[in-house]
Amino acid sequence: MKTANTGLRIHRRLAPRLANAALAALALIVVLGMAEIVIGSGRIRWNIIVEYLFAPAVLNGVAMTLMLTLVSLLGSMMLGTILAAMRISRNRVLETIASAYVWFFRGTPVLVQVVFWFNLGLFLPQVTIGSLSLPINSLVTPTTAALLGLLLNVSAFMCEVIRGGLIAVDNGQTEAALSIGMTPTRALLRIVLPQAVRVIVPAAGNLAIDLLKATSLVYVIGTREILGTTQSIASQTFYVIEMLIVASLWYLFLVSIASFGQSRLETYLARGLSTAGRELPRANLG
Amino acid sequence: MTFVQENHQDDIVRMKGLTKAFGAHLVLKGVDLTVRRGEASFIIGPSGSGKSTLLRCVNSLETYNDGELWVEDYLVGAEKRGDAWYEARPRVTAARRARIGMVFQRFNLFPNMTALDNVTSGLRMVLGQGRREAEDRGRELLDRVGLLDRAGAYPAQLSGGQQQRVAIARAIAARPSLILFDEPTSALDPELVGEVLAVMRDLVREGMTMMVVTHEIQFAEEVGDTVHFIDGGRVAESGTPADVIRASRNARTSEFLARIR
Ligand SMILES: Nc1ncnc2c1ncn2[C@@H]1O[C@H](COP(=O)(O)OP(=O)(O)OP(=O)(O)O)[C@@H](O)[C@H]1O
Ligand SMILES: [Mg+2]
Repeated sequence: MKTANTGLRIHRRLAPRLANAALAALALIVVLGMAEIVIGSGRIRWNIIVEYLFAPAVLNGVAMTLMLTLVSLLGSMMLGTILAAMRISRNRVLETIASAYVWFFRGTPVLVQVVFWFNLGLFLPQVTIGSLSLPINSLVTPTTAALLGLLLNVSAFMCEVIRGGLIAVDNGQTEAALSIGMTPTRALLRIVLPQAVRVIVPAAGNLAIDLLKATSLVYVIGTREILGTTQSIASQTFYVIEMLIVASLWYLFLVSIASFGQSRLETYLARGLSTAGRELPRANLG
Repeated sequence: MTFVQENHQDDIVRMKGLTKAFGAHLVLKGVDLTVRRGEASFIIGPSGSGKSTLLRCVNSLETYNDGELWVEDYLVGAEKRGDAWYEARPRVTAARRARIGMVFQRFNLFPNMTALDNVTSGLRMVLGQGRREAEDRGRELLDRVGLLDRAGAYPAQLSGGQQQRVAIARAIAARPSLILFDEPTSALDPELVGEVLAVMRDLVREGMTMMVVTHEIQFAEEVGDTVHFIDGGRVAESGTPADVIRASRNARTSEFLARIR
């Protein structure tokens, strides 16, 4: 590097660049070695993977995974916002109810919750709404049980993510909103929440990606999402590894899209604000 | 509970024995204070004496524990049904706050909105005015505080003095009957204080009713109609600036003034 004005020269250091090149080479060797083990074994029928990747049954599974993810996500945003508002409210009853909800649904595994909803009929065989009486088993299909379990569970986490965003907004914002005549609810929704979104989005994005993958758990109750579909094909055809690869490719693809969307959203939300374009400090690892 | 008398016509704020405690900490110990319509009322006093708390009680940002606080014809925190007063519902309190402007020490502009959107926020989101109508009024207000050319700027792009002028424009947008100022110049660099005081001086000239907590004693002396010296949660002395600031006979007031000058 040579400064333009004075011609003073600062020499590049070679050592960190050599170390970097060596690390890259090592990583490449590891990856190639693993690929050799998997591909070179000759046990994987690649044509099967290609054949099943876009098979109608698999595509239906993808659609089911997307549906489970999006519905649970949107539902948890609404329920999570309500719970977060309850948790930060001064009303002790509301606060306690929301805290208890979070404690319970965050404290038990999502798989347990899903299986519980699926077996609801065991101790609650009938629901009666007015004069109408319905057997629970006609309401609780694998899909509704999966949705219910995922939505209620992820709402508890979403509540905490949203609450973190809300309390990150300076209290002066609420006071200013109240002082111009907003009701507390309106101040929360119109002034505080929009500012909290910038804090909420990164964490909520991670939650969404976790949720996308957690939908695979519900295959145990027979829901036909990506894993359920591919597992059922595998059990009929014995293409066990191939079907796992098909499932993995789809998850990787969907998560990549979600990550891309998340980073675009973060860039968009940062516009016009003082922190726009500000880079996080990067650790200097040479 | 019975109340001695309701608010007098000419009084916009009347406090009688106003008492406020945070937990066991008694902050206001029976404040008696009246603000007349059209008056510029200044509140001075040492740090921690309860000035902000007093001001915040007027628009219900704080609740009070005892005594009476009347604004216009209502008892703050209560609404009348029949002959009795009940706890005010949130939307009643909100509607009352819309009639009182407030300017904060730290400006508290909405950072995700432009200067113009900040000024029109109450008009649009509380009074339900259309964008056109609200923005016409918003531009008129920005012009009054000398910031029409910065209408599209975000708060982060404005200096402290400019932000506080936008905040004043926001506070007066809905034509409130009273404005509360809580140390409006304390967070500003010294060279920016003047531009904010100039805007406030204009408001006083127009006959705006205001309660101002400040350490700008000279300004209080210049434009104030009344000055209240608060000490230890009580009004120690009230009167014209001439009485309280120039010729105080109260030892605590004199001591305080000597200290901050
Ligand atoms: N939310 C609160 N909770 C507990 N104590 C509080 C709270 N707000 C204020 N106080 C206390 O009440 C007292 C009076 O506070 P206040 O802010 O009204 O004083 P002030 O006269 O405005 O002082 P300053 O000039 O420093 O702004 C202080 O001792 C303060 O610590
Ligand atoms: Mg104060």
